[in-house]
Amino acid sequence: MTYEKVNELNLKDTELRLGLPGTEQAKEEQEVSCVRSNKRQLQSDNEEESTPPTKTQIVGWPPVRSYRKNNNSVSYVKVSMDGAPYLRKIDLKTYKNYPELLKALENMFKFTIGEYSEREGYKGSGVIPTYEDKDGDWMLVGDVPWDMFSSSCKRLRIMKGSDALALDSAL
Amino acid sequence: MSEDDEDQSPASDLRSQRPCSPNKSRNCISSSQTFPDHVLENVLENVLQFLDSRCDRNAASLVCKLWWKVEGLTRSEVFIGNCYALSPARLTQRFKRVRSLLLKGKPRFADFNLMPADWGANFAPWVSTMAKAYPWLEKVDLKRMFVTDDDLALLAESFPGFKELILVCCEGFGTSGIAVVANKCRKLKVLDLIESDVTDDEVDWVSCFPEDVTCLESLAFDCVEAPINFKALEALVGRSPLLRKLRLNRFVSLEEVHRLLLLGAPQLTSLGTGSFSRGDQSQQEPPDYAAAFRSCKSVVCLSGFRELMPEYLPAILPVCANLTSLNFSYANISPDMFKPIIHNCHKLQIFWALDSICDEGLQAVAATCKELRELRIFPFDPREDTEGPVSELGLQAISEGCRKLESLLYFCQHMTNAALIAMSHNCPELTVFRLCIMGRLRPDHVTGKAMDEGFGAIVKNCKKLTRLAVSGLLTDQAFRYMGEYGKLIRTLSVAFAGDSDMALRHVLEGCPRLQKLEIRDSPFGDVALRSGMHRYYNMRFVWMSACRLTMGCCKDVARAMPNLVVEVIGSDDDDVNRDYVETLYMYRSLDGPRKDAPQFVTIL
Repeated sequence: MTYEKVNELNLKDTELRLGLPGTEQAKEEQEVSCVRSNKRQLQSDNEEESTPPTKTQIVGWPPVRSYRKNNNSVSYVKVSMDGAPYLRKIDLKTYKNYPELLKALENMFKFTIGEYSEREGYKGSGVIPTYEDKDGDWMLVGDVPWDMFSSSCKRLRIMKGSDALALDSAL
Repeated sequence: MSEDDEDQSPASDLRSQRPCSPNKSRNCISSSQTFPDHVLENVLENVLQFLDSRCDRNAASLVCKLWWKVEGLTRSEVFIGNCYALSPARLTQRFKRVRSLLLKGKPRFADFNLMPADWGANFAPWVSTMAKAYPWLEKVDLKRMFVTDDDLALLAESFPGFKELILVCCEGFGTSGIAVVANKCRKLKVLDLIESDVTDDEVDWVSCFPEDVTCLESLAFDCVEAPINFKALEALVGRSPLLRKLRLNRFVSLEEVHRLLLLGAPQLTSLGTGSFSRGDQSQQEPPDYAAAFRSCKSVVCLSGFRELMPEYLPAILPVCANLTSLNFSYANISPDMFKPIIHNCHKLQIFWALDSICDEGLQAVAATCKELRELRIFPFDPREDTEGPVSELGLQAISEGCRKLESLLYFCQHMTNAALIAMSHNCPELTVFRLCIMGRLRPDHVTGKAMDEGFGAIVKNCKKLTRLAVSGLLTDQAFRYMGEYGKLIRTLSVAFAGDSDMALRHVLEGCPRLQKLEIRDSPFGDVALRSGMHRYYNMRFVWMSACRLTMGCCKDVARAMPNLVVEVIGSDDDDVNRDYVETLYMYRSLDGPRKDAPQFVTIL
């Protein structure tokens, strides 16, 4: 499959597949519906376990009932970037901390973010990541502890261009 | 011993009984019996009615035919551990005056998508048979059954004195079925929907309760994924003076819980707090939640917290000192939020939580909860390769602090033999030990050895152990220990473990009390299966999936044991002639193979 570049965005970005945004390798297999393939996995699995995220997902393992998983495992939020023609969605639960999240966003939207400091926010690149919290307020990404952020973040907006510059100079 | 232990056919001399009134009057006589028989029967009835334990009743029924008959007349509570072990007709022929039925359907591994949908365990034939035979039925308690709205409607219409409906891990029905039960069962005391899949039919079932004062003592709907009419709920609580247990779903906000507590807090003994987050009124000043909880003088059991806003968690502090049961397993609580709460829970006996409380949180539990009997730690992130916030450190702490521990369910990424050995010595009261090391085939992460010695110590030293679930890297040696020392084990769960058939043989040739065996993804084959043929009639069921069984061997077993139903369950693209058996599920049955098996089930 060839991918054309449209509006500077590589269509490969929009290819539907599992895996962290920005990772090049395709994930080995989707959740397997037939346990038979688990058997093959088992026989060859005496060596070192493969590193995440290429490990095949096994049906029904770990043995946690689905209603418990539903509550915790997925937390998709919309991500918009000023100037981008369409929004993206990411699962916040796949990230453990801010650096991981920001790196993923950088890869997804092809930008570089500046240095974060508590006092001055993001300096240097004219790109500012913000999020809308449970109360409907727009906040700067990075101010609160990660856990608090990931449970209260409703959507993300990456500001750039003139809005960001205005904020930059205001701060 | 359960109901399905009996393999006597219904006595042919059982005369048809005149219908008896609900109170156990001693005047149910069949006039054609001779005088001495009639007196003896009456005496026996008077005596046997005091027998509650089903083990005792099963023993009593084996004394002689008369005792068998009278026991059958006086048993009011029937337990059926496998709905396919007998037919509904046999139940109603054997037991004439049943008030309460406890019925279990699908095997537990069905919870984890290891069994296709529509396998069976339908409640329909049971309810339709009982509708005619047991007009005085009061209680139905179902686990892993498929229940339809029509079944619920039939139930509601057929049993005028119906009092208790408990549905655990059931599916097939929706809020419309619940509405019918609420509306028609005027004597309803208990409506408990627990971990069941309830479809949202957009029916306001809460409004369907009758308008007079209700008999409700327990209402649990925390698993219902549908908004409810809060005004109706408030009114219902207001006219339910006997209500002691109320478990709300996540569509009930903190403000609404606050209002309910103002109405009826002092009587409540068990509260499921719903979402534990604010609704739409986030702009207004929050009411004094702590004051509402302070009025919960009788609450000993707390659960809910489905969408916890952690800043409000301290509101529950006033009830902590009284709590014997606390369920945080839907709340992502960090150690810092958790420690101030648990510090007050000195009386806690049952504690469920997510591993987000970390080893640090478990250490706090160990320091405070000296009365702890049951601990369940669920994974916040149930994947195999995550870091894992709890480990052997938490388990070690618990074993040192909570010496009265009886039941453990623990999900983790890493474990050591040393921690299990310590627990085996520190917690001699353990009856249930279920450890899930989520990374498959993980060895002791300190020594690199298999987890054999750890689990070996558990079976050896915990002499009261009746239920065991193992995980991690295990060789045949672990199973040798289980077979030799697991004298009281009734339930055994195995996944991704063992080296060879010998492992399963050790278990089948040992473990004298083994009743329920569930195995997945382990290298056990025909030799192992054959080695257990002397005991399958004495077991409730055996489940083996993704093992190394062949069709030929399963057919041999089916042929050799005619009262064993041997089901081979395949996936959709299975070729009937394939020799490899994907899933084997076999169980004893008094009434032969079931008639409702779907296409993907082959009964050998």
